[in-house]
Amino acid sequence: MRIFVCIKQVPDTETRIKLTSDSQGIDPTGVKWVINPYDEFAIEEAIRFKEANDDVQVTAITVGPKARVNNALLTAMAMGVDDSLLVNTDAALDALTTAQALANAIKAEGEFGLVLAGKLAIDGNVSAVPLMLAELLGIPHASVVNSTEYSDGFVTAGREIEGGTTEKFKLRLPAMITANKGLNKPRFASLPGIMKAKKKPIKEVSLDDLGIKTESIKVKFTNFELPAEKPACKMLGGSPEDQVNELVKLLQEEAKVL
Amino acid sequence: MNALVFIEYKDNKIKKSSLECLSAVKGDSHTIQTCAIGAGSDQLTAALGAWGVTKHYSCTDVDTYNPELYKNFVAKVIEQTKPDVIVATSNNVGRDIFPRVAAQFSMAYMSDITEVEMDSDLEVKRPLYAGKCTAQVTFTDDSGKILLLRPNQISVVEASESVTTENIAIAAGAPSGQSETLSVEKGESEKLDLTEAETIVSGGRGLKEAENFKLLHDLAAPLNATVGASRAVVDLGWVPHSLQVGQTGKTVAPSLYFAIGISGAIQHLAGMSGSKNVVAINKDEKAPIFQKSTYGLVGDLFEIVPVLTEKLKSL
Repeated sequence: MRIFVCIKQVPDTETRIKLTSDSQGIDPTGVKWVINPYDEFAIEEAIRFKEANDDVQVTAITVGPKARVNNALLTAMAMGVDDSLLVNTDAALDALTTAQALANAIKAEGEFGLVLAGKLAIDGNVSAVPLMLAELLGIPHASVVNSTEYSDGFVTAGREIEGGTTEKFKLRLPAMITANKGLNKPRFASLPGIMKAKKKPIKEVSLDDLGIKTESIKVKFTNFELPAEKPACKMLGGSPEDQVNELVKLLQEEAKVL
Repeated sequence: MNALVFIEYKDNKIKKSSLECLSAVKGDSHTIQTCAIGAGSDQLTAALGAWGVTKHYSCTDVDTYNPELYKNFVAKVIEQTKPDVIVATSNNVGRDIFPRVAAQFSMAYMSDITEVEMDSDLEVKRPLYAGKCTAQVTFTDDSGKILLLRPNQISVVEASESVTTENIAIAAGAPSGQSETLSVEKGESEKLDLTEAETIVSGGRGLKEAENFKLLHDLAAPLNATVGASRAVVDLGWVPHSLQVGQTGKTVAPSLYFAIGISGAIQHLAGMSGSKNVVAINKDEKAPIFQKSTYGLVGDLFEIVPVLTEKLKSL
Protein backbone atom coordinates (compact mmCIF):
# COMPACT_ATOMS: atom_id res chain seq x y z
CA MET A 1 0.00 0.00 0.00
CA ARG A 2 1.17 3.51 -0.79
CA ILE A 3 0.83 6.18 1.90
CA PHE A 4 1.30 9.88 1.29
CA VAL A 5 2.22 12.18 4.18
CA CYS A 6 1.69 15.88 3.47
CA ILE A 7 4.25 18.05 5.22
CA LYS A 8 4.84 21.77 5.46
CA GLN A 9 7.79 23.78 6.66
CA VAL A 10 7.00 26.54 9.14
CA PRO A 11 9.07 29.01 11.18
CA ASP A 12 10.11 27.46 14.49
CA THR A 13 7.71 28.48 17.29
CA GLU A 14 10.56 30.41 18.99
CA THR A 15 10.68 32.76 15.99
CA ARG A 16 10.13 36.45 16.62
CA ILE A 17 8.17 37.60 13.59
CA LYS A 18 9.55 40.67 11.78
CA LEU A 19 7.92 42.25 8.74
CA THR A 20 9.45 43.16 5.41
CA SER A 21 10.01 46.90 4.83
CA ASP A 22 6.86 47.13 2.65
CA SER A 23 4.81 45.15 5.24
CA GLN A 24 3.60 42.74 2.56
CA GLY A 25 5.09 39.70 4.22
CA ILE A 26 7.36 38.45 6.98
CA ASP A 27 11.11 38.98 6.86
CA PRO A 28 12.65 35.50 6.41
CA THR A 29 16.08 36.65 7.61
CA GLY A 30 17.23 34.46 10.49
CA VAL A 31 14.05 32.35 10.50
CA LYS A 32 14.71 28.72 11.44
CA TRP A 33 12.43 26.47 9.36
CA VAL A 34 11.12 23.25 10.88
CA ILE A 35 8.57 20.61 9.97
CA ASN A 36 5.15 21.74 11.18
CA PRO A 37 4.85 20.03 14.61
CA TYR A 38 1.47 18.42 13.81
CA ASP A 39 2.93 16.90 10.61
CA GLU A 40 5.40 14.97 12.76
CA PHE A 41 2.47 13.02 14.24
CA ALA A 42 1.34 12.23 10.67
CA ILE A 43 4.85 11.05 9.70
CA GLU A 44 5.04 8.86 12.81
CA GLU A 45 1.60 7.38 12.06
CA ALA A 46 2.72 6.42 8.54
CA ILE A 47 5.99 4.86 9.74
CA ARG A 48 4.18 2.85 12.43
CA PHE A 49 1.70 1.58 9.82
CA LYS A 50 4.63 0.55 7.62
CA GLU A 51 6.31 -1.25 10.54
CA ALA A 52 3.10 -3.18 11.30
CA ASN A 53 2.20 -4.15 7.72
CA ASP A 54 3.91 -5.71 4.69
CA ASP A 55 4.45 -3.96 1.37
CA VAL A 56 3.94 -0.39 2.50
CA GLN A 57 5.65 2.53 0.78
CA VAL A 58 5.54 5.85 2.62
CA THR A 59 6.06 8.99 0.54
CA ALA A 60 6.44 12.49 1.99
CA ILE A 61 4.94 15.18 -0.23
CA THR A 62 5.37 18.93 0.04
CA VAL A 63 4.92 22.13 -1.96
CA GLY A 64 7.60 24.83 -1.71
CA PRO A 65 11.00 26.10 -2.85
CA LYS A 66 13.47 23.23 -3.14
CA ALA A 67 16.38 25.09 -1.56
CA ARG A 68 14.39 25.46 1.65
CA VAL A 69 12.02 22.49 1.91
CA ASN A 70 14.61 19.86 0.96
CA ASN A 71 15.65 19.76 4.62
CA ALA A 72 12.14 18.92 5.78
CA LEU A 73 11.97 16.02 3.32
CA LEU A 74 15.39 14.75 4.47
CA THR A 75 14.21 14.87 8.09
CA ALA A 76 11.04 12.92 7.25
CA MET A 77 13.10 10.33 5.35
CA ALA A 78 15.58 10.13 8.24
CA MET A 79 12.64 9.29 10.53
CA GLY A 80 11.75 6.38 8.22
CA VAL A 81 9.78 7.70 5.25
CA ASP A 82 10.83 5.83 2.05
CA ASP A 83 10.92 8.59 -0.54
CA SER A 84 9.69 12.10 -1.32
CA LEU A 85 7.68 13.99 -3.87
CA LEU A 86 8.42 17.69 -4.13
CA VAL A 87 6.28 20.23 -5.94
CA ASN A 88 9.05 22.76 -6.45
CA THR A 89 7.78 26.35 -6.56
CA ASP A 90 8.67 29.77 -5.15
CA ALA A 91 5.09 30.97 -5.52
CA ALA A 92 2.98 31.77 -2.44
CA LEU A 93 -0.04 29.59 -3.18
CA ASP A 94 -3.36 29.77 -1.36
CA ALA A 95 -4.89 26.71 0.29
CA LEU A 96 -7.00 25.63 -2.68
CA THR A 97 -4.17 25.95 -5.22
CA THR A 98 -1.87 24.02 -2.88
CA ALA A 99 -4.49 21.29 -2.52
CA GLN A 100 -4.94 21.15 -6.30
CA ALA A 101 -1.17 20.78 -6.80
CA LEU A 102 -1.01 17.99 -4.20
CA ALA A 103 -4.06 16.24 -5.66
CA ASN A 104 -2.67 16.27 -9.19
CA ALA A 105 0.75 15.10 -7.99
CA ILE A 106 -0.77 12.21 -5.98
CA LYS A 107 -3.14 11.17 -8.79
CA ALA A 108 -0.22 11.03 -11.22
CA GLU A 109 1.50 8.51 -8.94
CA GLY A 110 -1.34 5.97 -9.22
CA GLU A 111 -3.00 3.96 -6.46
CA PHE A 112 -2.77 4.91 -2.79
CA GLY A 113 -4.37 3.68 0.42
CA LEU A 114 -3.97 6.49 2.92
CA VAL A 115 -3.14 10.20 3.04
CA LEU A 116 -1.94 11.75 6.29
CA ALA A 117 -1.35 15.36 7.33
CA GLY A 118 -1.12 17.48 10.48
CA LYS A 119 -4.44 18.93 11.70
CA LEU A 120 -3.16 22.43 10.94
CA ALA A 121 0.05 24.28 10.19
CA ILE A 122 1.09 26.57 13.01
CA ASP A 123 2.08 29.44 10.70
CA GLY A 124 -1.25 30.39 9.12
CA ASN A 125 -3.55 28.06 11.07
CA VAL A 126 -5.88 28.07 8.05
CA SER A 127 -6.32 24.28 8.44
CA ALA A 128 -7.82 23.81 4.99
CA VAL A 129 -5.36 22.06 2.65
CA PRO A 130 -5.80 18.45 3.88
CA LEU A 131 -9.61 18.47 3.67
CA MET A 132 -9.59 20.30 0.33
CA LEU A 133 -7.18 17.62 -0.86
CA ALA A 134 -9.53 14.88 0.41
CA GLU A 135 -12.39 16.46 -1.53
CA LEU A 136 -10.32 16.72 -4.73
CA LEU A 137 -9.21 13.08 -4.35
CA GLY A 138 -12.80 12.01 -3.63
CA ILE A 139 -11.92 10.27 -0.37
CA PRO A 140 -13.47 10.52 3.12
CA HIS A 141 -11.65 12.21 5.99
CA ALA A 142 -11.42 12.41 9.74
CA SER A 143 -9.74 15.49 11.19
CA VAL A 144 -8.02 16.31 14.51
CA VAL A 145 -7.52 12.59 15.11
CA ASN A 146 -5.87 11.23 18.26
CA SER A 147 -6.47 7.50 17.80
CA THR A 148 -6.57 5.10 14.83
CA GLU A 149 -7.27 1.43 14.30
CA TYR A 150 -6.88 -0.26 10.92
CA SER A 151 -8.73 -3.37 9.76
CA ASP A 152 -9.26 -4.85 6.29
CA GLY A 153 -9.83 -1.81 4.14
CA PHE A 154 -11.12 0.50 6.88
CA VAL A 155 -9.76 2.86 9.50
CA THR A 156 -11.54 3.79 12.71
CA ALA A 157 -10.46 7.27 13.76
CA GLY A 158 -11.17 8.87 17.13
CA ARG A 159 -10.97 12.51 18.09
CA GLU A 160 -11.70 14.78 21.02
CA ILE A 161 -13.27 18.12 20.25
CA GLU A 162 -14.68 21.15 22.03
CA GLY A 163 -16.07 20.57 25.50
CA GLY A 164 -14.40 17.16 25.83
CA THR A 165 -16.76 15.52 23.32
CA THR A 166 -15.28 12.39 21.74
CA GLU A 167 -16.24 11.11 18.30
CA LYS A 168 -15.37 7.96 16.38
CA PHE A 169 -15.65 7.59 12.63
CA LYS A 170 -15.16 4.52 10.44
CA LEU A 171 -13.74 5.38 7.03
CA ARG A 172 -13.27 3.21 3.96
CA LEU A 173 -9.70 3.37 2.64
CA PRO A 174 -8.30 5.28 0.88
CA ALA A 175 -8.96 8.03 3.39
CA MET A 176 -7.46 11.27 4.73
CA ILE A 177 -6.51 11.47 8.41
CA THR A 178 -5.32 14.74 9.97
CA ALA A 179 -3.27 14.18 13.09
CA ASN A 180 -3.59 15.88 16.46
CA LYS A 181 -1.12 15.84 19.32
CA GLY A 182 -1.71 12.66 21.29
CA LEU A 183 -1.98 10.36 18.25
CA ASN A 184 1.53 9.07 18.99
CA LYS A 185 4.96 10.23 20.09
CA PRO A 186 7.07 11.12 17.05
CA ARG A 187 10.52 9.54 17.04
CA PHE A 188 13.76 11.44 16.54
CA ALA A 189 15.78 10.67 13.45
CA SER A 190 18.62 8.26 14.29
CA LEU A 191 22.14 8.77 12.98
CA PRO A 192 21.92 5.74 10.61
CA GLY A 193 18.50 7.10 9.57
CA ILE A 194 20.06 10.45 8.68
CA MET A 195 22.79 8.70 6.63
CA LYS A 196 20.23 6.56 4.80
CA ALA A 197 17.99 9.53 4.05
CA LYS A 198 20.67 11.09 1.87
CA LYS A 199 20.36 8.17 -0.54
CA LYS A 200 16.55 8.10 -0.64
CA PRO A 201 14.94 9.48 -3.80
CA ILE A 202 13.28 12.91 -4.02
CA LYS A 203 11.12 13.19 -7.13
CA GLU A 204 10.64 16.75 -8.30
CA VAL A 205 7.70 18.16 -10.26
CA SER A 206 6.76 21.72 -11.19
CA LEU A 207 3.41 23.51 -11.11
CA ASP A 208 3.52 23.42 -14.92
CA ASP A 209 3.88 19.63 -14.89
CA LEU A 210 0.74 19.49 -12.74
CA GLY A 211 -1.26 21.97 -14.81
CA ILE A 212 -1.50 24.48 -11.96
CA LYS A 213 -1.51 28.18 -12.82
CA THR A 214 -0.65 30.81 -10.23
CA GLU A 215 -3.40 32.97 -11.78
CA SER A 216 -5.92 30.69 -10.06
CA ILE A 217 -4.80 31.91 -6.61
CA LYS A 218 -7.90 33.45 -5.01
CA VAL A 219 -6.61 34.55 -1.62
CA LYS A 220 -3.54 36.54 -0.60
CA PHE A 221 -2.25 37.96 2.66
CA THR A 222 -1.34 41.65 2.39
CA ASN A 223 -0.64 44.63 4.68
CA PHE A 224 0.87 42.75 7.60
CA GLU A 225 0.84 44.42 11.01
CA LEU A 226 2.58 43.65 14.28
CA PRO A 227 0.37 43.79 17.38
CA ALA A 228 0.18 47.17 19.08
CA GLU A 229 2.45 47.49 22.11
CA LYS A 230 0.56 46.90 25.32
CA PRO A 231 0.63 49.72 27.87
CA ALA A 232 2.86 48.92 30.86
CA CYS A 233 1.48 46.35 33.26
CA LYS A 234 -0.04 47.78 36.46
CA MET A 235 1.77 46.03 39.31
CA LEU A 236 -0.36 45.61 42.43
CA GLY A 237 1.53 45.52 45.72
CA GLY A 238 0.85 44.79 49.37
CA SER A 239 -0.43 41.69 51.14
CA PRO A 240 -2.36 39.05 49.15
CA GLU A 241 -5.57 40.63 50.54
CA ASP A 242 -4.49 44.11 49.40
CA GLN A 243 -3.53 42.81 45.96
CA VAL A 244 -6.82 40.94 45.54
CA ASN A 245 -8.95 43.91 46.69
CA GLU A 246 -7.12 46.26 44.32
CA LEU A 247 -7.40 43.77 41.44
CA VAL A 248 -11.13 43.19 41.88
CA LYS A 249 -11.70 46.97 42.04
CA LEU A 250 -9.75 47.49 38.79
CA LEU A 251 -11.51 44.61 37.04
CA GLN A 252 -14.86 46.11 38.05
CA GLU A 253 -14.22 49.81 37.52
CA GLU A 254 -11.41 50.09 34.96
CA ALA A 255 -11.57 46.94 32.81
CA LYS A 256 -15.33 46.54 33.47
CA VAL A 257 -15.18 42.78 33.07
CA LEU A 258 -16.70 41.67 36.38
CA MET B 1 -24.66 40.70 -1.72
CA ASN B 2 -26.29 37.33 -1.34
CA ALA B 3 -25.11 35.87 1.97
CA LEU B 4 -25.61 32.42 3.43
CA VAL B 5 -24.99 31.98 7.15
CA PHE B 6 -24.41 28.53 8.68
CA ILE B 7 -26.26 28.54 12.01
CA GLU B 8 -25.37 26.49 15.07
CA TYR B 9 -27.79 26.20 17.95
CA LYS B 10 -28.30 24.51 21.29
CA ASP B 11 -31.60 23.89 23.11
CA ASN B 12 -33.49 25.65 20.30
CA LYS B 13 -31.40 28.80 20.80
CA ILE B 14 -29.02 30.23 18.22
CA LYS B 15 -25.45 30.18 19.57
CA LYS B 16 -23.76 33.52 20.25
CA SER B 17 -21.03 32.68 17.73
CA SER B 18 -23.72 32.32 15.03
CA LEU B 19 -25.31 35.63 16.09
CA GLU B 20 -21.85 37.15 15.50
CA CYS B 21 -21.93 35.71 11.95
CA LEU B 22 -25.41 37.21 11.39
CA SER B 23 -24.15 40.55 12.75
CA ALA B 24 -21.24 40.51 10.30
CA VAL B 25 -23.50 40.22 7.24
CA LYS B 26 -26.32 42.42 8.47
CA GLY B 27 -26.73 45.44 6.22
CA ASP B 28 -29.33 47.04 3.99
CA SER B 29 -27.81 45.85 0.75
CA HIS B 30 -27.54 42.17 1.67
CA THR B 31 -29.93 39.31 1.24
CA ILE B 32 -29.43 36.96 4.17
CA GLN B 33 -30.34 33.31 4.01
CA THR B 34 -29.43 30.74 6.63
CA CYS B 35 -29.05 27.01 7.02
CA ALA B 36 -28.84 24.65 9.98
CA ILE B 37 -28.72 20.89 10.39
CA GLY B 38 -29.89 18.58 13.20
CA ALA B 39 -33.04 17.85 15.21
CA GLY B 40 -34.91 21.12 15.76
CA SER B 41 -33.04 22.95 12.98
CA ASP B 42 -36.45 23.80 11.49
CA GLN B 43 -37.55 25.52 14.73
CA LEU B 44 -35.30 28.57 14.40
CA THR B 45 -37.36 30.68 12.00
CA ALA B 46 -39.00 32.85 14.69
CA ALA B 47 -35.60 34.00 15.93
CA LEU B 48 -34.19 34.42 12.41
CA GLY B 49 -37.01 36.75 11.33
CA ALA B 50 -35.57 39.46 13.58
CA TRP B 51 -32.35 39.25 11.56
CA GLY B 52 -34.15 39.85 8.27
CA VAL B 53 -33.60 36.29 7.10
CA THR B 54 -35.98 35.52 4.24
CA LYS B 55 -35.28 31.84 3.79
CA HIS B 56 -33.93 29.25 6.21
CA TYR B 57 -32.83 25.84 4.96
CA SER B 58 -33.01 23.07 7.53
CA CYS B 59 -32.37 19.36 7.67
CA THR B 60 -33.81 17.39 10.59
CA ASP B 61 -33.04 13.85 9.48
CA VAL B 62 -29.36 13.97 10.49
CA ASP B 63 -28.73 14.37 14.18
CA THR B 64 -25.43 12.65 14.80
CA TYR B 65 -22.43 14.60 13.62
CA ASN B 66 -20.94 13.29 10.39
CA PRO B 67 -18.70 15.52 8.27
CA GLU B 68 -19.80 13.93 5.00
CA LEU B 69 -23.55 14.32 5.63
CA TYR B 70 -23.11 17.86 6.99
CA LYS B 71 -21.05 18.84 3.97
CA ASN B 72 -23.54 17.27 1.55
CA PHE B 73 -26.33 19.28 3.20
CA VAL B 74 -24.40 22.55 2.84
CA ALA B 75 -23.62 21.67 -0.79
CA LYS B 76 -27.33 21.17 -1.52
CA VAL B 77 -28.17 24.54 0.06
CA ILE B 78 -25.46 26.26 -2.00
CA GLU B 79 -26.85 24.78 -5.21
CA GLN B 80 -30.24 26.33 -4.35
CA THR B 81 -29.07 29.68 -2.98
CA LYS B 82 -25.96 30.46 -5.09
CA PRO B 83 -24.44 32.70 -2.37
CA ASP B 84 -21.72 35.30 -3.01
CA VAL B 85 -20.48 34.79 0.52
CA ILE B 86 -20.90 32.06 3.12
CA VAL B 87 -20.28 32.92 6.77
CA ALA B 88 -19.78 30.35 9.52
CA THR B 89 -17.98 30.02 12.85
CA SER B 90 -14.29 29.11 12.85
CA ASN B 91 -14.63 26.08 15.13
CA ASN B 92 -14.30 22.30 14.84
CA VAL B 93 -17.48 21.96 12.78
CA GLY B 94 -16.78 24.84 10.41
CA ARG B 95 -13.18 23.77 9.90
CA ASP B 96 -14.34 20.19 9.28
CA ILE B 97 -16.89 20.95 6.56
CA PHE B 98 -16.11 24.16 4.70
CA PRO B 99 -12.66 23.36 3.24
CA ARG B 100 -14.35 20.53 1.33
CA VAL B 101 -17.19 22.85 0.29
CA ALA B 102 -14.61 25.38 -0.97
CA ALA B 103 -12.86 22.69 -2.99
CA GLN B 104 -16.10 21.37 -4.48
CA PHE B 105 -17.35 24.80 -5.57
CA SER B 106 -13.92 26.43 -6.21
CA MET B 107 -14.64 29.15 -3.66
CA ALA B 108 -12.11 31.32 -1.82
CA TYR B 109 -11.74 30.15 1.78
CA MET B 110 -10.43 31.75 4.95
CA SER B 111 -10.71 30.67 8.60
CA ASP B 112 -10.00 32.46 11.90
CA ILE B 113 -11.19 35.87 10.72
CA THR B 114 -11.14 38.50 13.47
CA GLU B 115 -12.29 41.59 11.57
CA VAL B 116 -14.74 41.81 8.70
CA GLU B 117 -16.35 44.77 6.98
CA MET B 118 -18.95 44.01 4.34
CA ASP B 119 -20.58 47.36 3.74
CA SER B 120 -18.70 48.46 0.64
CA ASP B 121 -15.73 46.39 -0.39
CA LEU B 122 -15.11 43.24 1.54
CA GLU B 123 -12.41 43.93 4.13
CA VAL B 124 -11.11 41.04 6.13
CA LYS B 125 -8.30 40.66 8.68
CA ARG B 126 -6.92 37.71 10.60
CA PRO B 127 -3.95 36.83 12.81
CA LEU B 128 -0.99 34.80 11.55
CA TYR B 129 1.70 32.89 13.48
CA ALA B 130 -0.76 32.46 16.38
CA GLY B 131 -1.10 36.21 16.81
CA LYS B 132 2.52 37.27 16.36
CA CYS B 133 1.18 39.44 13.52
CA THR B 134 -2.04 40.13 11.62
CA ALA B 135 -2.66 40.52 7.90
CA GLN B 136 -5.36 41.68 5.56
CA VAL B 137 -6.98 38.93 3.51
CA THR B 138 -7.19 40.03 -0.12
CA PHE B 139 -9.47 38.23 -2.54
CA THR B 140 -8.10 38.35 -6.07
CA ASP B 141 -11.16 37.33 -8.10
CA ASP B 142 -14.94 37.42 -7.87
CA SER B 143 -15.51 33.76 -7.00
CA GLY B 144 -17.72 33.01 -4.04
CA LYS B 145 -16.14 33.35 -0.62
CA ILE B 146 -16.31 31.28 2.52
CA LEU B 147 -15.49 33.26 5.66
CA LEU B 148 -15.06 31.51 9.00
CA LEU B 149 -15.22 33.97 11.90
CA ARG B 150 -13.35 33.43 15.12
CA PRO B 151 -15.76 33.55 18.10
CA ASN B 152 -15.84 36.60 20.42
CA GLN B 153 -14.46 39.04 17.83
CA ILE B 154 -17.51 40.59 16.18
CA SER B 155 -20.02 42.51 18.33
CA VAL B 156 -23.55 41.22 18.19
CA VAL B 157 -25.81 43.98 16.85
CA GLU B 158 -29.45 44.36 17.80
CA ALA B 159 -31.83 42.42 15.60
CA SER B 160 -35.06 44.33 15.23
CA GLU B 161 -36.60 43.43 11.90
CA SER B 162 -39.87 41.59 11.55
CA VAL B 163 -39.47 39.47 8.48
CA THR B 164 -41.35 36.20 8.16
CA THR B 165 -38.73 33.54 7.57
CA GLU B 166 -39.72 30.71 5.29
CA ASN B 167 -38.43 27.29 6.38
CA ILE B 168 -37.29 25.08 3.53
CA ALA B 169 -36.72 21.45 4.46
CA ILE B 170 -33.79 19.72 2.80
CA ALA B 171 -33.54 15.95 2.83
CA ALA B 172 -30.17 14.56 3.84
CA GLY B 173 -28.54 12.66 1.03
CA ALA B 174 -27.89 8.95 1.35
CA PRO B 175 -24.47 8.23 2.83
CA SER B 176 -21.88 7.17 0.26
CA GLY B 177 -20.67 4.24 2.31
CA GLN B 178 -17.28 5.94 2.51
CA SER B 179 -17.73 7.07 6.10
CA GLU B 180 -19.84 6.30 9.11
CA THR B 181 -20.11 7.85 12.56
CA LEU B 182 -19.62 5.11 15.15
CA SER B 183 -20.09 7.18 18.28
CA VAL B 184 -20.40 10.69 19.64
CA GLU B 185 -19.98 11.04 23.38
CA LYS B 186 -20.74 14.46 24.74
CA GLY B 187 -18.17 15.73 27.19
CA GLU B 188 -19.24 16.44 30.76
CA SER B 189 -18.01 19.98 30.57
CA GLU B 190 -20.76 22.55 30.33
CA LYS B 191 -18.06 25.17 29.96
CA LEU B 192 -17.39 26.95 26.70
CA ASP B 193 -14.38 25.79 24.74
CA LEU B 194 -11.22 27.86 25.25
CA THR B 195 -11.59 29.36 21.78
CA GLU B 196 -15.08 30.65 22.62
CA ALA B 197 -14.63 31.49 26.30
CA GLU B 198 -15.16 35.02 27.66
CA THR B 199 -12.98 34.30 30.70
CA ILE B 200 -10.05 31.90 30.96
CA VAL B 201 -8.08 30.81 34.02
CA SER B 202 -4.78 29.27 32.86
CA GLY B 203 -2.14 27.56 34.95
CA GLY B 204 1.49 26.65 34.44
CA ARG B 205 4.40 24.96 36.10
CA GLY B 206 4.16 27.33 39.07
CA LEU B 207 1.27 25.16 40.30
CA LYS B 208 3.92 22.57 41.18
CA GLU B 209 1.74 19.48 40.72
CA ALA B 210 -1.30 18.25 38.82
CA GLU B 211 -3.57 18.13 41.90
CA ASN B 212 -3.14 21.87 42.41
CA PHE B 213 -5.17 22.57 39.26
CA LYS B 214 -8.09 22.25 41.69
CA LEU B 215 -7.20 25.80 42.80
CA LEU B 216 -7.86 26.99 39.25
CA HIS B 217 -11.14 25.10 38.95
CA ASP B 218 -12.22 26.71 42.24
CA LEU B 219 -11.32 30.15 40.87
CA ALA B 220 -13.00 29.40 37.54
CA ALA B 221 -16.34 28.57 39.20
CA PRO B 222 -17.41 32.07 40.38
CA LEU B 223 -16.04 33.56 37.13
CA ASN B 224 -17.84 30.98 34.96
CA ALA B 225 -14.44 30.64 33.29
CA THR B 226 -12.85 27.90 31.22
CA VAL B 227 -9.60 26.41 32.52
CA GLY B 228 -6.51 26.47 30.29
CA ALA B 229 -2.86 25.54 30.66
CA SER B 230 0.65 26.18 29.42
CA ARG B 231 2.46 23.70 27.20
CA ALA B 232 4.86 22.80 30.01
CA VAL B 233 2.15 21.25 32.17
CA VAL B 234 0.47 19.54 29.20
CA ASP B 235 3.81 17.92 28.36
CA LEU B 236 4.10 16.85 32.01
CA GLY B 237 0.76 15.09 31.60
CA TRP B 238 -1.03 17.15 34.28
CA VAL B 239 -3.87 18.16 31.94
CA PRO B 240 -4.97 17.07 28.42
CA HIS B 241 -3.72 18.81 25.27
CA SER B 242 -7.23 20.20 24.65
CA LEU B 243 -6.50 22.69 27.47
CA GLN B 244 -3.25 24.00 25.98
CA VAL B 245 -3.08 27.69 25.08
CA GLY B 246 -0.31 28.65 22.67
CA GLN B 247 1.09 28.23 19.20
CA THR B 248 0.86 24.43 19.32
CA GLY B 249 -2.38 24.59 21.28
CA LYS B 250 -5.32 26.96 21.11
CA THR B 251 -5.29 30.60 20.17
CA VAL B 252 -7.66 32.39 22.51
CA ALA B 253 -9.30 35.81 22.71
CA PRO B 254 -11.26 36.18 25.96
CA SER B 255 -12.20 39.45 27.65
CA LEU B 256 -10.31 38.35 30.74
CA TYR B 257 -7.33 35.98 30.90
CA PHE B 258 -5.66 34.84 34.13
CA ALA B 259 -2.10 33.53 33.74
CA ILE B 260 -1.27 31.82 37.01
CA GLY B 261 2.19 30.39 37.58
CA ILE B 262 2.95 30.85 33.88
CA SER B 263 6.28 32.52 33.11
CA GLY B 264 5.31 33.39 29.51
CA ALA B 265 7.15 31.50 26.76
CA ILE B 266 6.88 33.23 23.37
CA GLN B 267 4.50 30.51 22.07
CA HIS B 268 2.15 31.02 25.03
CA LEU B 269 2.26 34.82 24.75
CA ALA B 270 1.32 34.48 21.06
CA GLY B 271 -1.60 32.16 21.79
CA MET B 272 -3.10 34.50 24.41
CA SER B 273 -2.29 37.77 22.63
CA GLY B 274 -5.92 38.30 21.57
CA SER B 275 -7.00 38.62 25.23
CA LYS B 276 -8.44 42.04 26.10
CA ASN B 277 -7.34 42.03 29.76
CA VAL B 278 -4.61 39.84 31.22
CA VAL B 279 -4.02 39.26 34.94
CA ALA B 280 -0.68 37.61 35.76
CA ILE B 281 0.08 36.03 39.12
CA ASN B 282 3.69 34.91 39.44
CA LYS B 283 6.36 34.81 42.12
CA ASP B 284 9.06 36.07 39.73
CA GLU B 285 8.67 39.78 39.05
CA LYS B 286 10.97 39.43 36.02
CA ALA B 287 8.76 36.78 34.33
CA PRO B 288 8.06 37.76 30.68
CA ILE B 289 4.32 37.30 31.27
CA PHE B 290 4.20 40.69 33.05
CA GLN B 291 5.25 42.48 29.84
CA LYS B 292 2.05 41.25 28.16
CA SER B 293 -0.27 41.72 31.12
CA THR B 294 -2.70 44.44 32.15
CA TYR B 295 -2.49 43.75 35.88
CA GLY B 296 0.38 42.02 37.65
CA LEU B 297 0.45 40.42 41.10
CA VAL B 298 3.88 39.33 42.26
CA GLY B 299 3.60 36.78 45.04
CA ASP B 300 2.82 33.23 46.06
CA LEU B 301 -0.07 31.96 43.96
CA PHE B 302 -0.95 29.47 46.71
CA GLU B 303 -1.70 32.46 48.98
CA ILE B 304 -3.23 34.81 46.40
CA VAL B 305 -5.53 32.49 44.44
CA PRO B 306 -7.63 31.22 47.39
CA VAL B 307 -8.09 34.82 48.62
CA LEU B 308 -9.16 35.87 45.13
CA THR B 309 -11.59 32.94 44.85
CA GLU B 310 -13.24 33.84 48.17
CA LYS B 311 -13.46 37.51 47.20
CA LEU B 312 -15.11 36.69 43.86
CA LYS B 313 -17.58 34.35 45.56
CA SER B 314 -18.62 37.18 47.88
CA LEU B 315 -19.47 39.55 45.00
